[in-house]
Amino acid sequence: MKSHYSEPPQGQIQARHTLSVLVDNEPGVLARIAGLFSGRGYNIESLTVSETEHEQHVSRITIVTAGTANVIEQIKHQLDRLVPVHRVTDLTASGDAVERELALVKVVGKGEQRVEALRLSQAFGARTVDATLTSFVFELTGTSEEIERFIRLMAGCGLAEVSRTGIAAMGRGAESM
Amino acid sequence: MKEMTGAEMVIQALQDQGVEHIFGYPGGAILPIYDAMFHQEKVKHVLVRHEQGAVHAAEGYARSSGKVGCVLVTSGPGATNAVTGLTDALMDSIPMVCITGQVPTHLIGSDAFQECDTVGITRHCTKHNYLVKRVEDLPRILHEAFYVASNGRPGPVVVDIPKDVQFAKGLYTRPTNNQHKTYRPQLKGDMAKIKAAVELMASAKRPVFYTGGGVINAGPQASELLRELVDLTGYPVTSTLMGLGAFPASDPKWLGMLGMHGTYEANLTMHDCDVMICIGARFDDRITGRLDAFSPNSKKIHVDIDPSSINKNVRVDVGIVGDCAHVLEDMVRLWRSSGAMPDKKALADWWKTIDGWRARKSLAYKPSSTTIKPQYAIERLYELTKDRDPFITTEVGQHQMWAAQYFHFHKPNRWMTSGGLGTMGYGLPAAVGTQLAHPGALVIDIAGEASVLMNMQEMSTALQYRLPIKIFILNNEYMGMVRQWQELLHGSRYSESYSEALPDFVKLAEAYGGHGIRCSDPAQLDDAIREMIDTPRPVIFDCIVEKMENCFPMIPSGKAHNEMILGDAVEDIGSVIDAKGKMLV
Repeated sequence: MKSHYSEPPQGQIQARHTLSVLVDNEPGVLARIAGLFSGRGYNIESLTVSETEHEQHVSRITIVTAGTANVIEQIKHQLDRLVPVHRVTDLTASGDAVERELALVKVVGKGEQRVEALRLSQAFGARTVDATLTSFVFELTGTSEEIERFIRLMAGCGLAEVSRTGIAAMGRGAESM
Repeated sequence: MKEMTGAEMVIQALQDQGVEHIFGYPGGAILPIYDAMFHQEKVKHVLVRHEQGAVHAAEGYARSSGKVGCVLVTSGPGATNAVTGLTDALMDSIPMVCITGQVPTHLIGSDAFQECDTVGITRHCTKHNYLVKRVEDLPRILHEAFYVASNGRPGPVVVDIPKDVQFAKGLYTRPTNNQHKTYRPQLKGDMAKIKAAVELMASAKRPVFYTGGGVINAGPQASELLRELVDLTGYPVTSTLMGLGAFPASDPKWLGMLGMHGTYEANLTMHDCDVMICIGARFDDRITGRLDAFSPNSKKIHVDIDPSSINKNVRVDVGIVGDCAHVLEDMVRLWRSSGAMPDKKALADWWKTIDGWRARKSLAYKPSSTTIKPQYAIERLYELTKDRDPFITTEVGQHQMWAAQYFHFHKPNRWMTSGGLGTMGYGLPAAVGTQLAHPGALVIDIAGEASVLMNMQEMSTALQYRLPIKIFILNNEYMGMVRQWQELLHGSRYSESYSEALPDFVKLAEAYGGHGIRCSDPAQLDDAIREMIDTPRPVIFDCIVEKMENCFPMIPSGKAHNEMILGDAVEDIGSVIDAKGKMLV
């Protein structure tokens, strides 16, 4: 292709990265981060946010994104230069991180189907947080893959509704952000 | 600590931040601040005629003085009219604080009269922005806005203040030197990397300095240090549009501007160099041309205060995050202390090659004794004004490129142009701001007849404040750059690029209360330019130039730096770019 503009990267491998971003919990900070991703054409596969240090008003945002090595490097720099951002850590680059997700799964049914749902939930170590004569709400914590597997199985047992938190992540070992 | 209203805090903070001028336009949601301003004289307000003009004027003020430009506008349309200027300031890294009025907090979100989501709209076109919901937060946010605007890579900051917060009373605190909680840009470069850069520079056989607006933003001392480093090394220098003036154009080591309309010698030097030292520039697409053919055999050093600029478009070998002035200082010191010596023989050969390219005279054009060639007009303007240390602003288009090519700059902060965003209508208000920052100086807006009409209303501002700006219009009755690209890419079908029904610019100048001059004869051009310079009032100079002249040299789309086309080599401009290139420009 011939153009003054750069060509799209060819044959470069896209990789998934989990980024932890510590931000000042000021109004609009989430819009600023989400807007950066949409404005510059980056992907968001999962995004979780909550205040983690109340006195300091610091929130931790965990973003799962995908891109080439160049793009991931850009994302980190672009995040880092936002005024309310304290620190950006690439948990994927700094080693094998703990990544967990919580899901609430509602199944509706009677008879054998209902028994099977309960049996499977116990096999997965899910908690039953609500039960009626015709339904269960299970709570499951695990990797995204485990949750995917559980949801696939529940599809055959009267799956009615799913709510997932997205990934919360942390680096292993003594070192902290 | 003193109790005052939010509006009074704004004025007090402006005073405490050393603001002398603020550009603005009043309206309902900003009236309390205008009222607070009424009772003092330290901060002088400049009433523009359109909010876009206010922002560009503040840009001209900031770019020519190194200070933070300040803007005051109302909610809704006041804020949305400022958006183009804010985007322009973000793209060109201009420090600016823009204060916008907002409807009272209890009405936010109710689609109130003159309400808009100012922080939402300006989030992507500011470095940072704030909606102040409590008067207790106002003093801190105001001071922080100035800090964020001027530290690190400069940029525009919006502070949106609801009307009830302007009326509310609270305690004002003066600015402190406390470190910002999160925003602490790195000024000093990593010494190990600077050392590696100096070693690479000393080993170069075909080096080049490629400098940009970052050198200007780092202050006049950065330009001094650049000159020192270039003198020490004897290496050639080229610059982006934004960096003109950081290195004197009169120096034999100056190659002229690089990029799409850069000189032959600058672009070929970039293409063939073995070590590129990029200081405060960002490898913009108008500079690099085709990326995979950009300077293919060079090691690259990149100095930038913004870490996200490094490795963004072009992978570099040594990336140094830091302020240009600090890093240049370290480079000069290290070069001296290490006793580095350039390879004299290789450098002499390199200069010989470069001189061969220079001999091609890429800025040559066919002179005319009957019509004024636009290049000739700029050359004469330069010759007749150069002893007055003039400040030049431009609009956007062919005239802008001709100004960059044929006007020569010797000092930083003398050249105000819209580089990144390419905003037509920038030059006239920027000249207003520049003249205000430099009373008594000669300030010229080199304009096109199409661009200048976009913010022509600011002539009134110039008259009101007795700012004797000179608007030098290269009038070819076309949106010249659009027409040139239509010739290149669209079979010379001039779709809507002819300026029909132009005003009589001489009468227009007079209607505003200024002075109008028209010239179409090359023999009378010098006298007409002298008349313009000698008129102590705003002048519109309608310079009727050759209509079909195009801007060369040029790197056509789909080509590399070493495939540029030169003006005298073009027979059929429509055949210069092949079909595939046309698709993708």
